[in-house]
Amino acid sequence: MTLSWSPKTLAEAREALIQGATKVAGSTDLLVVDHATGSVRDSVLNVLGIEELQGIRVEADQLSIGASSTFTRIRESAEVAKHAPLLKDAARTIGAAQIQNRATIGGNIANASPAGDSLPALLALGALIVVSGPRERRIVPYNAFHTAYRKTVLGPDELIERILIPLPAPAVQVFRKVGTREAQAISKVVVAFASDRLDHRILANVRLAMGSVAAVPVRLHEVEILIEDNPLTPELAARAAALVAKSITPIDDVRSTAEYRRHVAGQVVRRLLLDLLAAPPA
Amino acid sequence: MSATYRFTVNGRPAEVQGPPMARLLDVLRRDLGLTGSKEGCGEGECGACTVLLGGEAVCSCLVPLFQVEGASITTIEGIAPSDKVTELQRVFANEGGAQCGACTPGMIVTLKALLDRHPTPTREQVREYASGTLCRCTGYERIFRAIEVLTGQRSSECEPEGGPRS
Repeated sequence: MTLSWSPKTLAEAREALIQGATKVAGSTDLLVVDHATGSVRDSVLNVLGIEELQGIRVEADQLSIGASSTFTRIRESAEVAKHAPLLKDAARTIGAAQIQNRATIGGNIANASPAGDSLPALLALGALIVVSGPRERRIVPYNAFHTAYRKTVLGPDELIERILIPLPAPAVQVFRKVGTREAQAISKVVVAFASDRLDHRILANVRLAMGSVAAVPVRLHEVEILIEDNPLTPELAARAAALVAKSITPIDDVRSTAEYRRHVAGQVVRRLLLDLLAAPPA
Repeated sequence: MSATYRFTVNGRPAEVQGPPMARLLDVLRRDLGLTGSKEGCGEGECGACTVLLGGEAVCSCLVPLFQVEGASITTIEGIAPSDKVTELQRVFANEGGAQCGACTPGMIVTLKALLDRHPTPTREQVREYASGTLCRCTGYERIFRAIEVLTGQRSSECEPEGGPRS
């Protein structure tokens, strides 16, 4: 029996996937849990060496990010900085250098923590997930990827190959994270906002996504519609904040309380909108 | 169940038998006797176990053995050999960058990775890099000064007692 696979291509990974080997990327979540629980894995698949999961490039009308791209690669990528600054800003806040050098975007998605910092950014950017299995490759809209707390559509014999971000990306992209402290904290609330801007006070195609406020990363569709339907004013910002607090379903946990998260999530959105109002488009 | 994995540590070939998900930190300390890397939190937050993997700073408590097959690893023992004092060590000692010493191996390895990429780092870069290695003694200011003295961005305000020990 093979204990560990380190394939160079998806074709070589096929046998390991069929046998149900545990997929291992940067291991920054997996090994913490395994060590704490004393679990032993009989068969593991290293996805970091698989060619098809590597590289960040612009292809026609999309930014294509290999699932095994580390957050260091993402934050240093000129293509990400140009088209998806929201994702770059998220990458900067994930742990410190030691974590960013190992943790991958595919791992962040598959691990499916509601607190995953890159996840709201991917929702706001309208990402698509390329999923590969032993028989077929399929494309899943990211907003349909998480089905319940820590549950995803990814089959045991499938892995995440690439993340696609449709271009042109939204002109306005803002990332905000609230944690216990500035450096390498796990988020209490994480907010990703993207939109087009028709003029100073009119926003279109608004996408507002949040993490750590529900069982899965969520889009706040009612708040998006409110912002699209009304000119940007301090009153609108306050109404949006109130609607945010009603729209989310946070819990009390080790990092924060539901009450705090409700309040802060609303205030983060209010300030974000006020900042947009104070900064007219160039 | 275990298998044999081969890699390089501090320029020397190593061959280790173990389960694929054995933590690199345990392999270094128990199998290879390299106890310079410390275990602090075991969760990737404190940085005490930092080593270089392919030249990049990583927490060795979060690297599984099977993923280092064929890789090149540098530990604190490779950066600061016991038979001499490096410039990085000297400024840490002189400027008070090392106090209780618990974080020091991880801090030195982390900052070596930074200096390899940015020979004259800004304070902001040092702050960001050092944030992944927790130090509860120095308040970090002494560590920042040590790097600034090392890179010629500041002159030392400390008088070494009898010069650097070697």
